[in-house]
Amino acid sequence: MMLPGLPTPLAPLRSPARRLLRSGLLEALAAPHGIDRYLELVHPTRSLRDPLAELIAVRRQTVDSVTMTLRPSDGWHGFRAGQFIRLTIEIAGVLETRCYSLACGEQADGQVEITVKAHPAGKVSRYLNEHARPGMVVGMSAADGDFVLPRERPERLLLISSGSGITPVMSMLRTLCAEDHGGTVTFLHYARTGEDVVYRRELAAIAARHPNVRIVLVHTREATAGRLAGHISRAHLRRIGADHRRAHTYVCGAPGLIAWVRATWAEDGIEQLLHVESFLPPSFTLGDAGAEGSVDFARSGERVLSDGGLLLEQAERAGLCPQFGCRMGICRICTCRKTAGSVRNVLSGEISGAEEEDIQICVSVPVGDVELAL
Amino acid sequence: MYYATTPRLSKEQADAFGRELDAIRRHVLADLGERDADYIRDVIRAQRRLEVTGRGLLFFSFIPPAWLGGVAALSLSKILDNMEIGHNVMHGQYDWMNDPELNGRRFEWDNACPADHWRHSHNYLHHTYTNVVGKDRDVGYGVLRMSEDQPWNLYYLGNPLYAALLAIFFQYGVALHDLELDRVIAGETTLDEKRDQLRAIGHKVGRQTLKDYVLFPLLSGPSAPLVLAGNASANLVRNLWAFTTIFCGHFPDGTVQFTEEETTEETHGQWYYRQLLGSADLTGGKLFHILSGNLSHQIEHHLFPDLPSHRYAEIAVEVREICRRYGLPYNAGPLRKQFGSVVRKIARLALPKGEA
Repeated sequence: MMLPGLPTPLAPLRSPARRLLRSGLLEALAAPHGIDRYLELVHPTRSLRDPLAELIAVRRQTVDSVTMTLRPSDGWHGFRAGQFIRLTIEIAGVLETRCYSLACGEQADGQVEITVKAHPAGKVSRYLNEHARPGMVVGMSAADGDFVLPRERPERLLLISSGSGITPVMSMLRTLCAEDHGGTVTFLHYARTGEDVVYRRELAAIAARHPNVRIVLVHTREATAGRLAGHISRAHLRRIGADHRRAHTYVCGAPGLIAWVRATWAEDGIEQLLHVESFLPPSFTLGDAGAEGSVDFARSGERVLSDGGLLLEQAERAGLCPQFGCRMGICRICTCRKTAGSVRNVLSGEISGAEEEDIQICVSVPVGDVELAL
Repeated sequence: MYYATTPRLSKEQADAFGRELDAIRRHVLADLGERDADYIRDVIRAQRRLEVTGRGLLFFSFIPPAWLGGVAALSLSKILDNMEIGHNVMHGQYDWMNDPELNGRRFEWDNACPADHWRHSHNYLHHTYTNVVGKDRDVGYGVLRMSEDQPWNLYYLGNPLYAALLAIFFQYGVALHDLELDRVIAGETTLDEKRDQLRAIGHKVGRQTLKDYVLFPLLSGPSAPLVLAGNASANLVRNLWAFTTIFCGHFPDGTVQFTEEETTEETHGQWYYRQLLGSADLTGGKLFHILSGNLSHQIEHHLFPDLPSHRYAEIAVEVREICRRYGLPYNAGPLRKQFGSVVRKIARLALPKGEA
């Protein structure tokens, strides 16, 4: 869906030119820096290896969020509803990477949409809310993530979200509507007040057009007659008539919401019907094991006594500057070779073997002595 | 070896000296931001433009001014790439930017030496054991006698000749540096143990040779010999320039070399003290500093090897002032004077007593 009349700085390079650029000859001539480092002299978004995107529209649906339409550079292979991209921008000289779920339907061709809510302590989300404008070029990865609708659409779907967690389920809803999906879809969304619901107008329009779609907006801090209020409960599920035991459920939102849904679905023995997306910094309590031993950073020659904390943070405290991105175990930018020792993944709780392997240091704590190729 | 005139610091003074330098470091770290990112990106953009210009002009090398211009642009490109960009990025000076292209552990430069070997021999050995005879392999590169503390033998009669050869083939000297061939010859290690390193050097030298001495000449058709000569000249210019500025960093008159005994049980403050006494600055204009990779601020670089190099000029004012208060020498002079004294030292140390 290219908009006519707009300049197309990201138009794909014609294929013979592209073949030539990708040939081994040019790489050999451009060694050791690679052909991209010369292409960017011609145009900042010309790139064979680094996926980029240009902001083509910016709008504000609520006071503390910004909705951006992005046009990815060539090499974009599409996405499945519910997936996220890694967005990279430079703030004060530092490249920052965060994961954002796409909010557009799968049918969106050549341009995608994300909505970013400004969090008080969020460097990137605040920056985007203040500075996003059309023409801005950002780094944008290929779509990733397992939080997706099955190719064969389920007959009954329950989509639950809260706050900015609306984006991946919005993508699912838009996809289903564009497909004229005939099954029952219940869309249950929690926001503080009506003013905080990002896609409020579009949701109303969808509900009016698609009789099989039931949209329920709950305001947690605002009691309105005839409307559900407060946090999610069994009463809410009963009131909206969502037969959650028979539906495929997709949840994205605040930790409290996710914890409640997980516990309730486990109680009912229907975890296999539940799909959860959670963009949360790892929170964990230190076990007794792990707080002893040492961490060797083999390449830099640093060695510290382990304080049992995340390896990325221990490395930074030792004065190292390891690569990192999301710091929550998603983007794998911090992935680094563990050459000896065991670690515990704080997200999964799994304790690794002692063999050499790649680990995500932003979500790994040492269990005893560990050696990293850092 | 300390000179009789070398001012010494008590442990307490060295601690206080170290704390003042730490404060400078903290201050710069807290201030890193857009200015530093813009600076290094500007330098890289200039270098890539010079590279394209140089290669482009050399396609027309049958016109003599184009050949000369091409060699000049390509020489500048290689100098910037190796010195202000490569050397400094590989120190991790821009790691805080979190940009994979500017990451000290991944960066590769336009030089025969594999970046990984450089990071070991330079970042680790040279910067940790600066000027410690027997540990810092940059003292003479395993080839030259650069300190009275290195015992003389007949081999060193060729000191000036070896220095001239090293200057001409400097990039290959640097490429072989981490192999420690002198230790292989002395029987302390074997080439077999160095097989992986040899393979990496072979691969890198191969790629560089392919680019400069095969592909670009062949692509230019009938001008191939001229392009080959042009590329060789650019490499030579970079070699001579790098050798000159680097040797001015630690060997001019007044710089101190140390023995291992003198540096055992060294404190943080004493490490700073050794870096200061073992290094010398070059004075000059802004362009000169950039082309030297800011190694003209060798003292500041050795005190703070991982701070962005364009900050050294700003820091130098404070470092000089601190040195003055502690009564420590601050060795700085123009290139002509400093390099002259290095050349005289190379010649002098060819003879047993170091007397000319």
